[in-house]
Amino acid sequence: MANNRLLVSMSPHDHGKDNVKKIMYGVVLAMMPAFLVSVYYFGLDAIRVNLIAIAACVFFEWFIQKVFFKGKPTITDGSAIVTGMLLAFNVPTNLPWWILVIGALVAIGIGKMSFGGLGNNPFNPALVGRVFLLISWPVQMTSYPKIQVLNFAITDAETGATPLALVKEGLKNGEPFSQIIESMPTSYTDMLIGQMGGSLGEISALALIIGGLYMLIRKIITWHVPVAVLASIAIFTGILYGINPEAYADPAFHLLTGGVMLGAIFMATDMVTSPMTGKGMLIYGVGIGVITVLIRVWGAYPEGVSFAILIMNAFVPLINKATKPKRFGETIKKQ
Amino acid sequence: MEIVLYTLISLSSLGIILAVILFFVAQQFKVVEDPRIDEVEALLPGANCGGCGYPGCRGFADACVKADSLDGLFCPAGGNETMNAVAKALGMAAVEKEPQIAVVRCAGAPEQRAKTSIYDGPQSCAIAAALYGGDTDCPYGCLGLGDCVEACTFDAIYIDENTGLPVVSEEKCTACGACVTACPKDIIELRNKGKKSRRIYVSCVNKDKGGPAKKACNVACIGCGKCVKECPFDAITLENFLAYIDYEKCKLCRKCVEVCPTGAIIELNFPPRKPKPEKKEENADNEKAENNAAADTVIENTSEPKNE
Amino acid sequence: MIVLKTFPKGGVHPAENKLSKGKKIEKLNMPETVTIPISQHIGAPAVPVVNKGDIVKIGQLIAKSGGFVSANIHSSVSGKVLKIEPSMDASGYKRMSIIIKVEGEEYEPDIDLSDTLVKECSLNADEIKKRIADKGIVGLGGATFPTHVKLSVPPGKTAEHLVINAVECEPYLTADHQLMMEKPDEILVGCSIMAKAIGVNKVLIGIENNKPDAIKLFKEKAVSFNNIEIYALKVKYPQGGEKQLIKALINREVPSGGLPIDVGCVVQNVGTAFAVYEAVQKNKPLYERVVTVTGKNVKNPVNLLAKVGTPISELIELAGGLPEDTGKIVNGGPMMGKAVNNQQIPVTKGTSGILLFPNKLAKRPKVYNCIRCSRCTHVCPMNLEPHLLKNLSNKALWEELEKERVLDCIECGSCSYTCPAGIPLLDYIRLGKANLNRIIRSRK
Repeated sequence: MANNRLLVSMSPHDHGKDNVKKIMYGVVLAMMPAFLVSVYYFGLDAIRVNLIAIAACVFFEWFIQKVFFKGKPTITDGSAIVTGMLLAFNVPTNLPWWILVIGALVAIGIGKMSFGGLGNNPFNPALVGRVFLLISWPVQMTSYPKIQVLNFAITDAETGATPLALVKEGLKNGEPFSQIIESMPTSYTDMLIGQMGGSLGEISALALIIGGLYMLIRKIITWHVPVAVLASIAIFTGILYGINPEAYADPAFHLLTGGVMLGAIFMATDMVTSPMTGKGMLIYGVGIGVITVLIRVWGAYPEGVSFAILIMNAFVPLINKATKPKRFGETIKKQ
Repeated sequence: MEIVLYTLISLSSLGIILAVILFFVAQQFKVVEDPRIDEVEALLPGANCGGCGYPGCRGFADACVKADSLDGLFCPAGGNETMNAVAKALGMAAVEKEPQIAVVRCAGAPEQRAKTSIYDGPQSCAIAAALYGGDTDCPYGCLGLGDCVEACTFDAIYIDENTGLPVVSEEKCTACGACVTACPKDIIELRNKGKKSRRIYVSCVNKDKGGPAKKACNVACIGCGKCVKECPFDAITLENFLAYIDYEKCKLCRKCVEVCPTGAIIELNFPPRKPKPEKKEENADNEKAENNAAADTVIENTSEPKNE
Repeated sequence: MIVLKTFPKGGVHPAENKLSKGKKIEKLNMPETVTIPISQHIGAPAVPVVNKGDIVKIGQLIAKSGGFVSANIHSSVSGKVLKIEPSMDASGYKRMSIIIKVEGEEYEPDIDLSDTLVKECSLNADEIKKRIADKGIVGLGGATFPTHVKLSVPPGKTAEHLVINAVECEPYLTADHQLMMEKPDEILVGCSIMAKAIGVNKVLIGIENNKPDAIKLFKEKAVSFNNIEIYALKVKYPQGGEKQLIKALINREVPSGGLPIDVGCVVQNVGTAFAVYEAVQKNKPLYERVVTVTGKNVKNPVNLLAKVGTPISELIELAGGLPEDTGKIVNGGPMMGKAVNNQQIPVTKGTSGILLFPNKLAKRPKVYNCIRCSRCTHVCPMNLEPHLLKNLSNKALWEELEKERVLDCIECGSCSYTCPAGIPLLDYIRLGKANLNRIIRSRK
C-alpha cells in the first residue's frame, strides 16, 4: 500500500490550462495599448486616474468581502483590477479623485458585490459606476481635457468638447455635416490613432483593436459581439447617411468616435454580462449597436454606448433562454 | 398651482377606476377555500420542512381538513402538542406519536477509522458517494461532507470539527426526516426519543464481515451476535453482519452495551453506571412515566431484577 | 490540404501525452492471486458457477451471464478458488469477486494458442453471436457493454454500417494503437466477422490523424478486404464517443435518447474486434487485455497484456514502480477514467490504462465563481449547457434537468476540462443524471 494517501476525484483528471485569473490578467494586458496611448496624450493624469480607480475597486471588493460576506477575499483573481481599469477608461482624466472613488464604490458595491460577487452581476460593473457618475456629475463627467502630447506637468488642462458633442450640437443647430467635419480640428486619421478629446481609454480605436485582437487570439473573447456591434452601427448609420448625408454623420465617424470601440471590444464582451451562445451574442451585439445609434442620433446625450450596453445586459437572460443551442440529435427525433 | 391640481385629480381618478376594476375582478375570480385551512395552518410551525410528506405547511393543513381522521397525518416538527391543537380545531381525535429524533449511526471518527485516501471534489456527500465508498476503508460510513446539515431547516445538525461526524441537537431536532433522505449512505435514522432522551442504538451500518469491518474501523459492528444473545426482549436482529436494535422493543436495559466487543452500541443520556442503587430509582421513575400498554410494563418490571 | 473528417460542434484538444507510444506489448508474469469481480460489464452481474476450493483452468467459465445484458466471466489463471467475497474494485465500492490462487499454467484444451492467422470463418451469424456471448466479450473501449447484445440488431431496425472505433481519443492511452500496429490482420478479420454477424457489408474504421503509422498500415491491409474502409480523422476529443464518431464518419446524428442502430450503425471498439477474432477463430475467452501503464513520472511507460484480476500494483511494478510523488491513480484515461483509492484494485475487462499522476497534476484546479464565459457550452459535443445543468443539479431540480436533456450527456468531461473557473461541472451533472434516472425508474 502507498504510504501517502491517494487523491480520489471524478473524471476528468486533466484540466485545460486556462483559469479565471489568467483571463482577467489577459484582459488587463489587452488594455495596455490603449492605456499607453492615454498616457501619451493625457500625461500623468491618465496614470493617476487608473491607479485611483484600480486601488479603490480592489479595496472595496476586499472590504465588502471581508465585512459583509465574511469570506476569504478573492481580490487576487484580478476581476476588480479589470473593473477599475475599465472605469478609469470611461472617465475624463481631469475627474476629481473623490468622484472616481464614489464611482468605484458604486461599480463594485452596487454593480457587482450586491449581486453576490464575480459572476453573479447582471450588469457590467464598470458601466454601472460610469453611468452613475455621468448622471450625478454630468459637468465633471463631460468636460474632457484637451490632449497634450507627452505633457507630464500637472496643470489644470484646458477642456474642450469631443467630436461627437461637436457634431451633435452642430446638427441640432441645422448645420450640414460636411461643414461641421471640415471645421473640426480632428481628422479621421487622428480619431483612429487617438488624437482627440474623450474619456481616458476610448480615444484610440487602433490601440483598442490591437487589444481586441490579442483577446481574440487568447480566446478570451469571441468575434461575435464586437463584429455585431460594429457592423450594426456601421449599417444603421450608413443607411441614415445614405438618406441624407448632411443631416446625419457618416458610419466611419460613428465608429471612430466616442466609446464605440471600447464598448464593443472591452465592455460588451464582458463574459459575465453577455449571452452564452454565438447566436445570442449576435442578437445582443446588434441590440447594442442599434440602441447606441438611436441615442446618438435622436437622444439627449451625444454618446449612448454605455446605456446601450446596460440596456442589453438586462436582456441577456432572455436572450440566453431564446437562443439555446440546438441539442445533438434533436432534429432527427422530431421527424 | 394648476398643474398640481390637474395631477391630483387625474391620479386620484385613475386610482379610483383601478380600484373598482380590481374589486370586480376579485369578485369574479374568487376562489372559495375552506376557512379552516387557514385556521389549521396558523397552528402549524410554518417551517415548510416537508417532514409530514406534504408540500409545505399549507399542503398539510389542506390534507388535515379534507381527511376524515388524523390517522397517518402527523406534523413531526410540531409534535403531539401541535397535533392536539389541530385535532381540537377540527373536532377530531389526535393520534399520539412517540416523539422521535434523528440518530446518526456512525461513530467512525478519524482516530477510530483511519483515512486511506483524499477526496477531491465538491463538498457534497451525494457526489462523493457516487464516486466511491469514501476516504476510509469503510464503504458504509459517514463521509462527513454535510449533506444532512444542508438539508436541515431547523439548524439542528452540525458537523463536529474533531470527529468529522454530524451531531444532532437534542432540542432543535424535530424528526422531520430531511437529513434521513439527504444522507446517501442511509446512516441517519429516526428513532424514538426515549424517556429522558435515553437511547440505545448500534452506531454502525457496516455490512462487511467482522474482519474487514474491524480493520476499517475500531468501533464497527462486526456482526458477532453477542448482543442478540444477550437481549432479553428479542429487540436485536442481525442481518448482513450488522446488528440492529428495534426501538419499539428495546427496554433500555443496557445489557447489549456491556457485551459489545467493539463498543459499536451506544447508550445516550443514561446516568453513570457505578452507583447502582441510584440507577434503580431512575429506572423506576421511567417506568411510572411510561404510558405504554400494561403488558409492556409488566415485561419491563420483570426485567428490572435482571437488569441489576 | 485535405480537410479531415470530424464531428462539427464542441470538443476539446487536451495535450496528447502518448508517452508509451510504440512500446511493444509485453506479457505480464503470472500473478500470485487474482481477484475477478463478477460485475465487469454494464448490465446484470454474472452468477458464479464455481465454489470455494474448486480447481479451475485458464479460460474456464467461472461465472455465468446473469441475464440478456450480461456477460460470461472466465478464469484468467489456473489454480484454486480461494474465496468468493466482496472486494474493492475500480468502482470504489466492494463488489462480489472470485479470488483464485494461481497454481501452474493449464489452459482449457479447446483454446488455440498458436499465432497463426485464421482468416476464414465458417460460422453463420447466429453461431458467431453465440460464440461471442459464450466467450464473454464486452466492449473494450471502456463502457464494457456486452458485445453480443450490440451485435444483435433489434427487430424493425436495419444496420447499414459497422463502425470501428480506432480513435483512441483519450490522452496518454496507447493500448489500442499498439494493438493495431501488432495485430492488424487479426483486427481486420475480427471486423469482417462482426460485419457478418450483423449482416452488413460496409465496415468503416475511424483512426485519428495522430496515428499516421496505423492509418498507413490499415490502408494497406484493408485492400484485401473489399468491404473495409479506413478514414483518417482530425484529432479531437471526444471523437471516440459513439455518437460523435458516427457524426464524424457518415454525418448522421443519433437521435436524443436513441442508439447508433437508429441511424443504421453498430459501433465497436478496435480492441473488441481483436477479442472477437480470438473468441471466434481461436476459441479464446476474454480473460486478458492490453493495458497502458503510463504517467508523467513513470520510469518506463508500457503497454502490457494483463490478465483480468491482476492487481494493478503488479502492472505498476513492471512500468518501473510507483513514482515517489504519485498523487492519483486512474483506472482508464485521464478524461473518463476512474480514480482508485488503492493499488490492489484488479484489472478488469474495461481497464484500458493505468495512469499515475504526480501530486502536482493530481490536484484539481482552484475553484472560482462561474464567470459565465460559456466555454462549457461551446465545447459540449452534445450541445448541452453544462453550466445550467450544474446549477439545476445543485438546486435539486431533477425534472428541469430532464427538460434540459441531461441524460444525453456522454460524460466526456470536456466541460470540466475547459472551465476556467475550475468548477467540476461533470460531478454535478453525474449527480443530476443519477437522481433523474432514479426518478424515471420510480415512475414506471
